[in-house]
Amino acid sequence: MLSAESLKKIDHEVTKYPADQKQSAVMSALAIAQDEKGWLANETMDFVAHYLGMPAIAVYEVATFYNMYNLQPVGRYKFTVCTNLPCALSGGNDAAAHLKQKLGIGFNQTTTDGKFTLKEGECMGACGDAPVLLVNNKRMCSFMSCEKIDQLLEELSK
Amino acid sequence: MTNIEIDGKQVSVPTGGTVMDGATQLGIYIPYFCYHKKLSIAANCRMCLVQVEKAPKPLPACSTPAVEGMKVSTHSAMAVASQKGQMEFLLINHPLDCPICDQGGECQLQDLAVGYGASASRYTEPKRVVVNKNLGPLISTDMTRCILCTRCVRFGQEIAGVMELGVAGRGEHAEILTFVDSTVDSELSGNMIDLCPVGALVSKPFRYSARIWELSRRKSVSPHCGLGSNLVVQIKLNRVMRVLPRENEEINECWLSDKDRFSYEGLNSEERLTTPMIKRDGQWQECDWHTALEFVANGLKTAQEQHGAQSIGALASPHSTLEELYLLQKLIRGLGSGNVDHRLRQSDFRADSHLQGSPWLGMKIAEISQLKSALVIGSTLRKDHPLIAQRLRQAVKQGAHLNLINPVSDDLLTKVTNQVVVAPAAMAAMLAQVLKAAAELKATEIPATLKDTVSSISVTDTARAIAASLIDNKPAAIFLGNLAQHHPQYADIHMLAQHIAQIAETSFGVLGEAANSVGAYLAGAVPGPGAVGISGSSQVGANGSNASQMLGMSAIPIAEPCRAFVLMNLEPEFDSYNPQQAMKTLAAAELVVMMSAYKKHVASVDYADVLLPIAPFTETSGTFINTEGRVQSFNGVVAPLGDARPAWKILRVLGNLLQLDGFDYETPEQVRAEIFLAGSDVSTQLSNRLGSFAVGEIGQVSEGLQRIGEVPIYQADPIVRRAESLQRTHDAMAPLASMPGALLDRLGVQAGDMIKVKQGDGEALLPAARDDKLPANCVRVASAHPLTATLGAMFGEIMVERL
Ligand code: SF4
Ligand code: FES
Ligand code: FES
Repeated sequence: MLSAESLKKIDHEVTKYPADQKQSAVMSALAIAQDEKGWLANETMDFVAHYLGMPAIAVYEVATFYNMYNLQPVGRYKFTVCTNLPCALSGGNDAAAHLKQKLGIGFNQTTTDGKFTLKEGECMGACGDAPVLLVNNKRMCSFMSCEKIDQLLEELSK
Repeated sequence: MTNIEIDGKQVSVPTGGTVMDGATQLGIYIPYFCYHKKLSIAANCRMCLVQVEKAPKPLPACSTPAVEGMKVSTHSAMAVASQKGQMEFLLINHPLDCPICDQGGECQLQDLAVGYGASASRYTEPKRVVVNKNLGPLISTDMTRCILCTRCVRFGQEIAGVMELGVAGRGEHAEILTFVDSTVDSELSGNMIDLCPVGALVSKPFRYSARIWELSRRKSVSPHCGLGSNLVVQIKLNRVMRVLPRENEEINECWLSDKDRFSYEGLNSEERLTTPMIKRDGQWQECDWHTALEFVANGLKTAQEQHGAQSIGALASPHSTLEELYLLQKLIRGLGSGNVDHRLRQSDFRADSHLQGSPWLGMKIAEISQLKSALVIGSTLRKDHPLIAQRLRQAVKQGAHLNLINPVSDDLLTKVTNQVVVAPAAMAAMLAQVLKAAAELKATEIPATLKDTVSSISVTDTARAIAASLIDNKPAAIFLGNLAQHHPQYADIHMLAQHIAQIAETSFGVLGEAANSVGAYLAGAVPGPGAVGISGSSQVGANGSNASQMLGMSAIPIAEPCRAFVLMNLEPEFDSYNPQQAMKTLAAAELVVMMSAYKKHVASVDYADVLLPIAPFTETSGTFINTEGRVQSFNGVVAPLGDARPAWKILRVLGNLLQLDGFDYETPEQVRAEIFLAGSDVSTQLSNRLGSFAVGEIGQVSEGLQRIGEVPIYQADPIVRRAESLQRTHDAMAPLASMPGALLDRLGVQAGDMIKVKQGDGEALLPAARDDKLPANCVRVASAHPLTATLGAMFGEIMVERL
């Protein structure tokens, strides 16, 4: 179900916890699975559950709790724009509006070419850098003015 | 002990206790939803907020540890304001649909809203709506009502041992659901309905059939497994509408198995027999009681005169009451026959003459929770005794070892320390290994009678580990399950287990299969001159045929075959060890009197000559003696349906018609008084010891395929077989023919293919299934099911063929 490489990574995560508490590695295991598959299908979550010896529903609880986990397929690049209050006061909504207009999609939608997905995020603990957005959960972009967004889109469109 | 003060009163709470514990001790009420004494603390409803001196904000009583000198106010202005505030939050998204909610009248949220809620809501924004889930045939959902207390989730994780429900999403989007729309299949699932403090989880079979305040509540005792769960039966207009647990910490705690809870549907079944019927010239005719009983009395007299008293036999279900069983055997013995038995699924009776009392649990049920090691032989415990399995699960959580020897390895939803899965024929040899290992570890001699049997056996590591687990962890116990009791080498298994228990110094018990398995022995429903117990101890098996002999299943022939049968409360096609043979014997009999609460499709009861409608446990008073030897009497909760009558009354009239002495009872109490005459101390009549029984040849493995024929959980007795909702659960799935992959390959079939299963001259068509954990050359085909009733012995040889 997952590649040998992913399994090796998961096994490494598992070693960080006591042997009878394999399920502590569920968050990293899901992240690793998502990195490989792009999103978490039910079968993927079921697989992770079996792999870690935990109930499938417990994996589902975790996967639905954190919105960095994609429960639907996403585009190649997923933008998560923070719209919580501090960001909102410093242009977070403008950044989101600009992205929507540029990409021609709303929140939770993917461009028809399958390249970009737009998500609304919660505080990322970087309010001082507002507006902020995340690319594919991993790359944090700060002070996202319209110009910087255009630059980013250009870079990723290449 | 920690001393704290709550509302000005001093209380000492055990170390580690909480403010809630202290309040409970003092009888001070703190409102709560998510707290439950048997579940872990979640502290997520916040209804139990109280004021604690020096704490800047209110604290939840359920999760705040008691600290020496703490001063708590549960009713101060701050506490009450917090509680009211919390209630307002809880009600924001609640639909307030009490008038159409089944929980109305027994809803914690409704009750507490009266005390803590405002009379009108200040919330005018849209409320959230949560889609309902299909959790299966037993639990109905109204998820918008859920307050996310997570009691149902914790119950699954902690008590049922399987997490089937979880909280998905977060914040306003959080909701209770199963993974990918699966159903809740735990055999304890109904308890979630009780636990749910609101109307989010309600009983599907009961739904919309009555309001709570229309129901009267009567006490009763469950007629199913040997536990004897205490019940509250709720009735409306002389009909049982619902069954709930009656809390008894020593038996069922506050739980009920789904079988105990939902089987009541079988009481109201269309198939209830409501008038006596006689078969004349192959036609079933309804008749009055007088005609029917005359017919029976004449029939029995004729048999007695023509073929002698020993041609009369009586078979009764161990789900019958003590009074019924006692009067049945008294009637049969009054006629001069010793042929009476209740052990229809037992096949090995060699130990009968060595019994020294009624087999029983060997300890108190509550003591199971304290065990540090247990060996369960021949039982899928979760299905046979759901709540005993639950107790063991809790013990295992406290560090107890669970060791299993069984031919199947269904998940018991608990950690198993050592497990041996062996073919039925190899079970005795496996026990011999454990015995040998135990003797080695304890450096004791193996009893002389067993030396030869055991000497040539080599001990595996698992056997040694099991022996060590029993020896090193005390208290420990060995239990024989249903499968062991049905096993063709039950006597050997029993004797070997008894010796292991002796050497390892553990307690030793036989898990009572039915509600009155113990009572049936004490009532004398066993062959021989009389009861094993109360009414004068005597030898089981002498001067009388056992079930297996009566039904012609035994290899040991009997001088006089039975020609007249009285069957009480059972359906031999499902309730006997070898239904095929049983049906043949009954078909050949001259008279078969069937005392039953149910008619089958009357035409198909072709072995019976007369049907007498008897009242099930809710319609008669009676007594069950549970597996720990506890005597529990109960009264009927509704009047008998139609012309059905309590079996004890029917037997009394029959006794009179047959002019037998001592049948002048007026009340069941008089019957009871007679049973307990010789001494009311049941405990002295219980014993699992087989005196001098000599273990036979063990370990010979036969060539052919062997059947593993367990009784499925919802097929065990006539009532539950007719409980419609239970019959739609996963556990009631039509039987499969499961076998290891190697065997499937040999047959050239795939899992899912229909195959022909044959035993004797009967066959059944079943889907093949693959179970690689089954021992080689074993085919698992459930017994006691309409689809397999044509087959033979539960553990005999079996043949499988591709179509
Ligand atoms: S369904 Fe009932 S028991 Fe389960 S979380 Fe909701 S309110 Fe609590
Ligand atoms: S509010 Fe956007 S990062 Fe904190
Ligand atoms: S009962 Fe204490 S928080 Fe729910």
